[in-house]
Amino acid sequence: MSGAGPEAHWRAALAEGRLLLQRARASGTVIFPPRLAEPGSGDIALDWIEASGLGTVHAVTVIARKPPEPPYNVVLVELDEHVRLMSRVEGIAPDAVTIGMRVRARISEEDGAPLLLFEPV
Amino acid sequence: MGGQFPRGAASIAGLATFGIGEMPGWSSLELAAQAGLRAVADAGMTMAEVDALFICLPDDQLAGLSFAEYLGLAPRFTDCNRTGGSAFMSHVATASIMLAAGYIDCALIAYGANQRSAGGRLATPVRSNRWEAPYHPLFPASSYALAASRHMHDYGTTRAQLAEVAVAARRWADTNPEAFAHGPLTIDEVLAARMLSSPLSVRDCCLVTDGAAALLLTRTDRARGGPKAPVAILGAAAATWHNAISQMPDLTTTAAAESGPRSYAMAGLGPAEIDVVQLYDAFTINTILFLEDLGFCPKGEGGRFVEGGMIAPGGRLAVNTNGGGLSCCHPGMYGLFALVEAARQVRGEAANQIGGVEVALAHGNGGTLSSQATAILGSAATL
Repeated sequence: MSGAGPEAHWRAALAEGRLLLQRARASGTVIFPPRLAEPGSGDIALDWIEASGLGTVHAVTVIARKPPEPPYNVVLVELDEHVRLMSRVEGIAPDAVTIGMRVRARISEEDGAPLLLFEPV
Repeated sequence: MGGQFPRGAASIAGLATFGIGEMPGWSSLELAAQAGLRAVADAGMTMAEVDALFICLPDDQLAGLSFAEYLGLAPRFTDCNRTGGSAFMSHVATASIMLAAGYIDCALIAYGANQRSAGGRLATPVRSNRWEAPYHPLFPASSYALAASRHMHDYGTTRAQLAEVAVAARRWADTNPEAFAHGPLTIDEVLAARMLSSPLSVRDCCLVTDGAAALLLTRTDRARGGPKAPVAILGAAAATWHNAISQMPDLTTTAAAESGPRSYAMAGLGPAEIDVVQLYDAFTINTILFLEDLGFCPKGEGGRFVEGGMIAPGGRLAVNTNGGGLSCCHPGMYGLFALVEAARQVRGEAANQIGGVEVALAHGNGGTLSSQATAILGSAATL
């Protein structure tokens, strides 16, 4: 291993428009956030794979703000590769996001950094 | 070999709370020290006898060192372990084992916070991690809201059932003079309250108060000579499976499903033998999750279990008899207050005393449903 750690590698790929995940070679388990070893087993033989970008809303909350600031949602998305991550679903009213909704990843930018968002399929 | 515990070897000999509510002009260290002094006095001991410290303060990562300096102590062992609000149940486990081994003789566990007077917001150095912060969840409320949303989806739990938890807590608080929040609260009022992070309204969230608490632990044979009946530590176990909510393996099952059974096994008891239950209710969903995970009802049934005032005064199970974090106090970390209330119930001196308590359970939660720790306390009759 050389160069940056797995987190920096993942962020560099995101900045290039690619959503990466890791997969443990022996067990086939997909891993996120990126790590040095498979959680539990400690297996260090991990490969980078490209995510399909498809997933399902697993949990959702809508956060109210003082008007006129609009509310926004925070979701947990379960990717089709069976990893979960926090994100936001855009392209739909914040309170119309429901558990079980199919979503697709989109890489946006916020505060000068690439940001992984989702929109309804 | 793992999982052994010196059942009943250590006991709570002294306890205290101090400054619950609003204490302008007091620092967190002063509040914790005052609770500590009172717990030592309650045990009929002197501070010079304390040889181990287990201390958390909201704003001081080296709180045990500050506490030792403040009171002029030279402890054999100082522990600033913090696993969130459950840290104190872990302190009880560590102290009990050290006492049983003879490594220490007298452990003081203390916490104090002036967060209400100092700013009125939750005082915690903990933040969302780098994978979650860019989405601006309210920390920690949105994490609990996400778990609640999934519990509602999977099990049909309703906002009205969550509200039952808040209303039950208020009814206990109403007859506890020490509790900060008094006055009627209805399910409709909880439902109509300002939504913070759906499905949780501000009435589904714990209080922000000042307050301090302390416990003094010593070996049970020594505690028997004190002015108050010893409260024996029958079991204490901690478990953690994740930190960030996005990494929680199952949003509807917490590691209390591990800490609870391990603590029961140490105590040689099960949920049916628990006379009174103190659960860390930072949010209404907590109580429902912990009732399930600790075996008081089947998984998914927590919402229905609490309906109709069943954990309120006169219900089927006495839960959070001081009013809990929702209506008694929540000075940032609540776990020690749950332990104090459990010990008061075993002593027979709680404000809302339940009749014939021999065994009490105190369950702590830390992080975002991440750190779970369960302690089981018993009277002399349980030894």
